[in-house]
Amino acid sequence: MHHPLLRFVHRGRCVSLEGIAPDRTLLELLREDMGLTGTKEGCASGDCGACTVVLADLPSSGAPDSASTPAAPEGEPAALRFRAINSCIRLAHSIDGMALWTVQDLTADPLLHHAPTEHGTRLHPAQQAMVSCHAAQCGFCTPGVVMSLFGLYQTPPAAPACSAAPEGCAAPDALTRTQVHTALSGNLCRCTGYRPIVDAALHMNTLPRASIDTPALRSLLRQLHDAPAATTASPTPSYLAPTSLAAALLARAQHPQAQVVAGCTDIGLSITQHHRRLPQVLDVTRVPELARVQWLPATAPSTAGMVGHEASPPMLSIGAGATLHDAWAALCATWPSLHDIAHRFAGLPVRQSGTLGGNIINGSPIGDSMPVLLALGADLVLASHARGQRTVALEHFYTGYRQHVLASDELLVGIHIPAPIASATPSHSVLRAYKISKRQEDDISAVCLAVHLIITDGLVTQARIGAGGVAATPVRAYDTEAMLMHRPWCADTAAFAGEHLAAEWTPLSDLRASSTYRRTVLSQLVQRLWLDTQGHSTQVHHTTGALA
Amino acid sequence: MSTPTTIPHATSVHESAVAHVTGNARYLDDLPELQGTLHAAPIVSPIAHGTLLAVDSTAALALPGVHAVVLAQDIPGDPLLAAFAHDEPIFAQGTVQYAGQVIGLVVADTARQARLAARAVQLQLQALPAILTIADALAANSLLQPPVIVARGDATSALATATHRLQGCVQLGAQEHFYLEGQIAYALPQEQGQWHIHSSTQHPSEVQHWVAHALGLHLSAVRVECRRMGGGFGGKETQAGHMAVWAALAAHKVGRPVKLRLSREDDFRITGKRHPFETTYDAGFDDQGRLQGLQLRIAVQCGFSADLSGPVADRAIFHSDNAYFLPHVHITSYRCKTHTQSNTAFRGFGGPQGMAVIESIMGDIARTLGLDAYDVRCTNLYGDAPRNTTHYGMTVHDNVLPQLLPQLADMARYRPRQQAIAQWNQTQPVLRRGLAITPVKFGISFTATQLNQAGALVHIYTDGSVQVNHGGTEMGQGLHTKVLHIVAHALGVPIAQVHITASDTSKIPNASATAASAGTDLNGRAAEQAALHLRQQLTAMLAEHDQCPTETITFAQGQVTTPQHTRSFAQVAHMAWSQRLPLWSSGFYSTPDIHYDPRTLTGRPFYYFAYGAACTEVVIDTLTGESRVLAVDILHDAGHSLHPAIDRGQIEGGFVQGMGWLTTEHLVWNAQGQLMTIGPSTYKIPTASDVPQHLNVTLWPHANPTPNIGASKAVGEPPFMLALSVLEALRNAIAAGRPQGAANTPVQLVAPAIPEHVLQALGHG
Repeated sequence: MHHPLLRFVHRGRCVSLEGIAPDRTLLELLREDMGLTGTKEGCASGDCGACTVVLADLPSSGAPDSASTPAAPEGEPAALRFRAINSCIRLAHSIDGMALWTVQDLTADPLLHHAPTEHGTRLHPAQQAMVSCHAAQCGFCTPGVVMSLFGLYQTPPAAPACSAAPEGCAAPDALTRTQVHTALSGNLCRCTGYRPIVDAALHMNTLPRASIDTPALRSLLRQLHDAPAATTASPTPSYLAPTSLAAALLARAQHPQAQVVAGCTDIGLSITQHHRRLPQVLDVTRVPELARVQWLPATAPSTAGMVGHEASPPMLSIGAGATLHDAWAALCATWPSLHDIAHRFAGLPVRQSGTLGGNIINGSPIGDSMPVLLALGADLVLASHARGQRTVALEHFYTGYRQHVLASDELLVGIHIPAPIASATPSHSVLRAYKISKRQEDDISAVCLAVHLIITDGLVTQARIGAGGVAATPVRAYDTEAMLMHRPWCADTAAFAGEHLAAEWTPLSDLRASSTYRRTVLSQLVQRLWLDTQGHSTQVHHTTGALA
Repeated sequence: MSTPTTIPHATSVHESAVAHVTGNARYLDDLPELQGTLHAAPIVSPIAHGTLLAVDSTAALALPGVHAVVLAQDIPGDPLLAAFAHDEPIFAQGTVQYAGQVIGLVVADTARQARLAARAVQLQLQALPAILTIADALAANSLLQPPVIVARGDATSALATATHRLQGCVQLGAQEHFYLEGQIAYALPQEQGQWHIHSSTQHPSEVQHWVAHALGLHLSAVRVECRRMGGGFGGKETQAGHMAVWAALAAHKVGRPVKLRLSREDDFRITGKRHPFETTYDAGFDDQGRLQGLQLRIAVQCGFSADLSGPVADRAIFHSDNAYFLPHVHITSYRCKTHTQSNTAFRGFGGPQGMAVIESIMGDIARTLGLDAYDVRCTNLYGDAPRNTTHYGMTVHDNVLPQLLPQLADMARYRPRQQAIAQWNQTQPVLRRGLAITPVKFGISFTATQLNQAGALVHIYTDGSVQVNHGGTEMGQGLHTKVLHIVAHALGVPIAQVHITASDTSKIPNASATAASAGTDLNGRAAEQAALHLRQQLTAMLAEHDQCPTETITFAQGQVTTPQHTRSFAQVAHMAWSQRLPLWSSGFYSTPDIHYDPRTLTGRPFYYFAYGAACTEVVIDTLTGESRVLAVDILHDAGHSLHPAIDRGQIEGGFVQGMGWLTTEHLVWNAQGQLMTIGPSTYKIPTASDVPQHLNVTLWPHANPTPNIGASKAVGEPPFMLALSVLEALRNAIAAGRPQGAANTPVQLVAPAIPEHVLQALGHG
């Protein structure tokens, strides 16, 4: 098998590398092949962030037509997308066609202009602020922290909806602090206690501005985009990166043994933790159709091309290759109550690499997107070269522990989520997703519970409940849903539903929680939901600061 | 007492700050590899206890890139590590004693190949019954050392006649160091039987000792070097020695340089943790909550070998009083042997586990009597004679807590907040807040008196630049930055003119570990001695040359001034060289006045105490047991701080690390004794958003009355224990969340306070 060329923009030049194996990680490429040892390996699992680097690409090379952010007006060039990501579990070839910065590049990139500083070194404001705030002690997490701050510097993350943090949103400063916490959500530091790092992040924008020569960068990226590598015609490339859905489905059919990857935030672990080798990889992240996030209009019955489908409401369609960041942004734009769980889904570098489709296909019983999607009544669109598309309800997708109905020639194409009911009806809908874990941020759920109720004139007229951490797959709470139907939504009903929910499954005891705790908490979370619907916020992470 | 000699506060940034942020600071794995370097990976036992019948390397050796498998029979020297207790095999042979114990190594071209091949080594094992918990060990009388008893007065009678009595058990979990840079060593065979070892270690001299012992060489044939560690926290005090010995044995077998870098997973599985403790207590007290008698039975989970468990357990005994006078006390310490990782040094070194118990008792005494826990704590503080002698016979000569605690309570508005919280809690359906102040009194010095010594070398070059080297190591704590400041101040030169070099056994021999918070106290003083000696020599030279009294000569800002001339330091250095005077000096320091009897654990083991206190507010969710730290106020005693920014960093970092130990950091072993939490995906240290915005740190503005470098105090470990305020605040919140009738009963909270443990303490689940 032939290893295709790997080409990316680095320090103002197009770099072209040969002979890179498809399962070589970006961190291995940096440290071992390029001698860029400034970027560190702390865990090799995408959890500590010491390996964080920043990528930039042009939306035309795969970024979504996002449902949450308006597209650039006609004629204007779309904004460059900067993303901090974990290099330890990212495949080297996945950055083909992008621009890359490591911590060592901030003082060495001719496209990056900044003022000389007191130390005589031309430090980037992210670096200078870290120095001035005494934010590095042992320094091992520092390269990753600096790159997360560089990512923040280039693109501040969107401010969260205020409903998610009622006390924390009062002052503009608090908002900035929330942005900083989001930017640092994938970085662990064991020395400082973070206060000086957060100070540095808040301080860096007050320093003389550093800027990237965007036209030059664009031109280099275009150059890579317009001149595809000559060797892609190889009969059996070890790294397949199709650029259309049709090509992807054909590749899937022709190379069923190739490992399908998107953000690689889970497959990366099989390489670094389980020492798996991947002789051939099929990367779906360059298929524009898969990255698309859009609203589909309501359909009439028997629409051509959609076999066996009845009339459907408008659908939010999230391409299977949309990053978790983009997917959750779209979900939160429509269902703001999901902001909490969206924020607590992994750290930012993982959300910016990993995909919603990957989370679903990975099929972990503790994946946090599935309970939400089950509660929202999501359908999955699967496709193959030979048989075209089919639609499977998410609750029918899993057949066992990490097993599902996807055929060996199929790809998950997208996730379809019906629009919420119109607000001007006698009904109102309640959607809440709760996650219980040992740590608030970037942890795996002991229990995840998502509840979607439609309440009409005080009675429950629709109930969909998704749960994670309670069975071998993400599951719907059919018994509890049935019990809730046509009952008044009141304290007694909530208590009764809690009892039902606790009895619905027999969860395991494992390192995250005991079976008893999981059942108790399932029941208690229905109590939380009841109080939540009565306007009592009862979550500790909504509580900030000392009392008076 | 004479006025302490202070050194002006340093304002410099960390000596490696710019290198850190630009990626130019080299850690061991970043050093250019010598041609021919091979990589090793450990072969580990999958079971906790068993007979090792055979090791079959055939399949592993057949894999691509594999050069050798190294086993116990390949050790040229002693097959046991040169550890203090001499009880730990370098490679398991005959039996395995924990899941994760290293049986041998695979050596290959790349680390990936070596790790893959290590899994292909076939182990023939016959399982034996394993002792996995403290309860198992106590039941089986499985102890590594005989129990140690420290007693004063008559605790039995005092308890029998006490006004009130309280019994309970405090359970404290293990903690993984989670240094961001994992364990690593690089062994380079040199000519004529000599060795150069790069090691990420807090104790180069011990690495040298262990490697020489394993290879059967003189200590002088082995040179160990460490420029910096990516975090240590005690985890690289002894544990780094294992890596270096293993790498050296592999290099010895293949005759090539070998690097051993543990994967994070192997690091979790192989290396020791903070010791879990279970302490049962019986406390007697009067109506004011003042202790009358106390009996403690402390059980320490040491793991399969002694390592540093003896001294850790001793320090727990020494800190069982924390800040309080124990009139009649009887302590028994059990050092339990279990088939688990050999637990080791970790910031606080048993101190946190000792202090957590007495703080828990204080909280529950207050609950029992319906008093405020802060008042109960103040009532029990050390005071004037006879209430100023510890249970191990040391006079508390420098107690600042009677002044410090009220000042913190005032600054943090403790009493009004306590009232407001009580009212708030009554209005809430689910959430409960808790507030607590806890003090810290931490003894400074190695309890093994002989370790309290240090050496340094200062070189002056003819251009006036200065190079300093000392026996301490840099793990991020800022030791090198402080030493640079001390030397620059002593010679009156700008700090930029002074350079520090890697810790190196060929420069400073027989150095102690950088541990016990004593790095700056010992090495800073040694470096100061060296610099002052040179300054004296230069002064004498100038006094003779300029015909002036020595006391008229000053060294400041890179200038040396005599009544006749002002010269640059460089001119003076060149002048000394021209006059054929030596321009380098060693310095040596040993801590005075300390002594103790290791058989009875009595005497003055500590040169002085470092103090501090924290006031912490938390909130818990009584439905789920989730919790959050909301606000922290700290008043900490670092003496006359050498470097306030660095000291603040130690205080904040220590607090947050302690908060992690007590809240989210949960190590879980399964019923077979295998560690299930083997990486940051399952083992959760605090993140930035776990740290409250309200984290006020104030330095206690008084010099150390005990003569110490610059009148400062050690600051590495003491702040860790400020986090006990988190646990006490959580217990207060839990008490407020229980049914009304339970308000005056003790709160049984198992640490760490993960949601499940909090819910259990609330009486659910």
